[in-house]
Amino acid sequence: MIDSTVVELSRLQFALTAMYHFLFVPLTLGLSFLVAIMESVYVMTRKPVWRQMTFFWGTLFGINFAIGVATGLVMEFQFGMNWSYYSHYVGDIFGAPLAIEGLMAFFLEATLVGLFFFGWKRLSPVKHLAVTWFMALGTNLSAVWILIANGWMQNPTGAVFNPDTMRMEVVDFAAVLFNPVAQAKFVHTVSAGYVTGAIFVMGISAFYLLRNKHKDMARRSFAVAAAFGLLSSVSVVVLGDESGYAASEHQKMKLAAIEAMWETERAPADFTAFGIPNQRTQQNDFQIRIPYLMGLIATRSFNQPIPGILELVERAEHRIKGGQLAYGAMERIRKDKNDLEAREMFDRHWQDLGHGLLLKRYRDDILNATPEEIAKAAMDTVPRVAPLFWTFRIMAALGFYLIAFFAVAFYFSCRNNFQDKRWFLRLAVWSIPVPWIAIECGWFVAEYGRQPWAVDGVLPTFYAASGLALHQILTTLAVFTALYTVLLVIEIKLLLKTIRTGPDDILPSLQPSRTPLPHIAAAPAPGQA
Amino acid sequence: MDILGLDYTTLRVIWWLLLGILLIGWAVMDGFDLGVGTLLPFVAKTDDERRRVINTVGPVWEGNQVWLVLGGGAIFAAWPPLYAVSFSGFYLAIFAMLFGLILRPVAFKYRSKMPGKRWRATWDWALFVGGLVPALIASVAVGNVLLGVPYHFDDSMRIFYTGSFFGLLTPFALLAGLVGVTMMVAHGAAMLVLKTDGAVADRAVRYGSIAALLCFVLFALGGAWVAFGLPGYQITSQVVTDGPTNPLLKTVEVGTAAGGWLRNYSSMPLTLVFPVLGLAGALASFALLRARRGMAAFLASGASIAGIILTVGFAIFPFLLPSSSQPGVSLTVWDSSSSQLTLFIMLVATVIFLPIVLAYTGWVYRVMKGKTTAEDMADNPNAY
Repeated sequence: MIDSTVVELSRLQFALTAMYHFLFVPLTLGLSFLVAIMESVYVMTRKPVWRQMTFFWGTLFGINFAIGVATGLVMEFQFGMNWSYYSHYVGDIFGAPLAIEGLMAFFLEATLVGLFFFGWKRLSPVKHLAVTWFMALGTNLSAVWILIANGWMQNPTGAVFNPDTMRMEVVDFAAVLFNPVAQAKFVHTVSAGYVTGAIFVMGISAFYLLRNKHKDMARRSFAVAAAFGLLSSVSVVVLGDESGYAASEHQKMKLAAIEAMWETERAPADFTAFGIPNQRTQQNDFQIRIPYLMGLIATRSFNQPIPGILELVERAEHRIKGGQLAYGAMERIRKDKNDLEAREMFDRHWQDLGHGLLLKRYRDDILNATPEEIAKAAMDTVPRVAPLFWTFRIMAALGFYLIAFFAVAFYFSCRNNFQDKRWFLRLAVWSIPVPWIAIECGWFVAEYGRQPWAVDGVLPTFYAASGLALHQILTTLAVFTALYTVLLVIEIKLLLKTIRTGPDDILPSLQPSRTPLPHIAAAPAPGQA
Repeated sequence: MDILGLDYTTLRVIWWLLLGILLIGWAVMDGFDLGVGTLLPFVAKTDDERRRVINTVGPVWEGNQVWLVLGGGAIFAAWPPLYAVSFSGFYLAIFAMLFGLILRPVAFKYRSKMPGKRWRATWDWALFVGGLVPALIASVAVGNVLLGVPYHFDDSMRIFYTGSFFGLLTPFALLAGLVGVTMMVAHGAAMLVLKTDGAVADRAVRYGSIAALLCFVLFALGGAWVAFGLPGYQITSQVVTDGPTNPLLKTVEVGTAAGGWLRNYSSMPLTLVFPVLGLAGALASFALLRARRGMAAFLASGASIAGIILTVGFAIFPFLLPSSSQPGVSLTVWDSSSSQLTLFIMLVATVIFLPIVLAYTGWVYRVMKGKTTAEDMADNPNAY
């Protein structure tokens, strides 16, 4: 039997690392493009202020990039460390996008980031600009492959279970690549990253404008980011990944849980704007509903019904029974490779094998499961509704707030009068944390909503973990938590220091100078002076 | 069944070679960054010297580290059982390695952003740890591969690792660890001789040549130990090279006499070129460092690294990770790979992208060539 404490701690560690990693990645995604845009304007106009902007935002990009890289490494290694059965079970499919990400994207990004910072004097402006764009391209390609991998966990297409190797194997790689869930996720996630970059630039620029400092740079940065942010924030919501939820059975469960929709409703279903979901009684204690909206969002149609949670549980129960048949056939195949009858039986039911494994939580010999155990396992397919319901609503509300925010900002910047709207500048400063909150909620909805599955319908999370000793996972969890906290504090401190110092002191000279300049660190910060 | 003329056996052999290439890629490319990190407190005394040392690798270490990321990804994709067993089995060791590797990027980036003495000394220490620890652990792991590690599977392929962290620190494994550290230190010293001058280069010559000599001696000692002390493993059932990936279908024996790992060398004497390359490269790097020929010394230590890694790879072939507690379930090239289709797809991706990676990496090194000067750092506020 698998130690449930180890599983829970492994989950906690994975969530911690993933959500921590994703504090830095979105800013990298967004800032890389913004910096590339600014540098493009510099190369076209040769106005020094654009070069200064490139350099200033590039410096902040660099501080942020470092921790993103460090935590990315942990992300990749912890599959094998904490989820070794997962690695064996789906490595044939899941490993490929991670490896291709390294080859195609991360190499590009990481190799060129050095040249971005060290190549100013050694490269012509056009060549340096090319480096910057390729670096931005690399960061975004990186996201493509990671989300193909993640998309497969949400909607595992293009693979079958092979009883001879006891694992899932690829049969259709194109289906893995063009997985609709992965595509929806990619657009949604990188757009969220662009929004984060835009808010970051606008917030800091607004801070300067309020203080009457670096106005030239701040004004232009604000305007660029406002336009970029408006496009991105619309894309986040419009191309949000809800469209992907119709793709598979468990995505439907996630959708039903997000909407706290216990019973199937007549199409088009109502949208619950506010409610208090009660997992125990399987209904909402109180709710405010908007007619028809839900059906329109989720199915883009008036007549397609959306299944409710309880209907999906019934379906799961049916699949668990199918899973028992598949598991029994698999055991027979393992005893006798040439048992054709068992193979035929397995082929008929293999897609339910994962559901059968849900019973492993209750007993090892799952063929002898009692009806109560089957019913319990079916109920296990329901994620906790209330946390999903609320985080989704926080995310969505912040998404709409950001569209409104960018629309106003864009309007002001078209009329070129945002410098005078001090209330709006103050709002911009206070809005800096908003995209991060939305993004972390987004990850929570996507991954917590995937439970109890590590891979939807294929491999239960509790069954995917490594058989670690408790002291091992406690050690790593404690040290990672401490390390992450310290590094986050240091990063924020350095970002703040760089922002206070401002862009003037971190601009390199264009010509090789004979007298060594005082190093940035030696220069007193004007904010403190 | 072939895909474009590539049968399963061939693809497995290709991916075994590619695994070697990726490991060599990491040890050669990131190896000098790790070596420079390890050397930092010894070769550079003043803050100015330290910054010069750090900035020799500053523009390139990030790209170099991707070899490790790619190595991890490629093992995951091409050898899933190997990835699953080694990363969960060596759990605390990999964790310690990650600890070092988390500190490193941050240390590079943050060290010179504040003027404080203690601030900088702390990050210098982090760079040292971030260089030494990964180099040491990766090499200790290789030593344990030669010894075999205690793990087995149940019939659903769930992994049971029965060793402990301290169980990895056997004398032979520590010897392997020292071989790895000395070779990366010699390699890093060559880079410093190439990119710096004055007192820093003098010290790099001194420590680097000692390391190169030690690497030579320790590697030879390791070879003697393998010949006279380790029994090695051998597949005793019929070898099926294109069967399904399932390590439970064969039998394996631990050799009865020492020197079992040298079997491949006696049946294919040409492969002896690899240990010779490892030894000769280390000696040449010693001589060339003394002669202050940075570039030549760098190539020599790089060749030595490649030779040492290939020596181990060919010694244990077709084993990838022998099991000491249940030798029959040892992971080998023939029963621990991905499916044929995945190996093929990954090969296509590698054939397309690896040359492109090498091309732009080469271009970056060309752009950044020349000594790292104080002026470079003074001029560039983003210098480390």
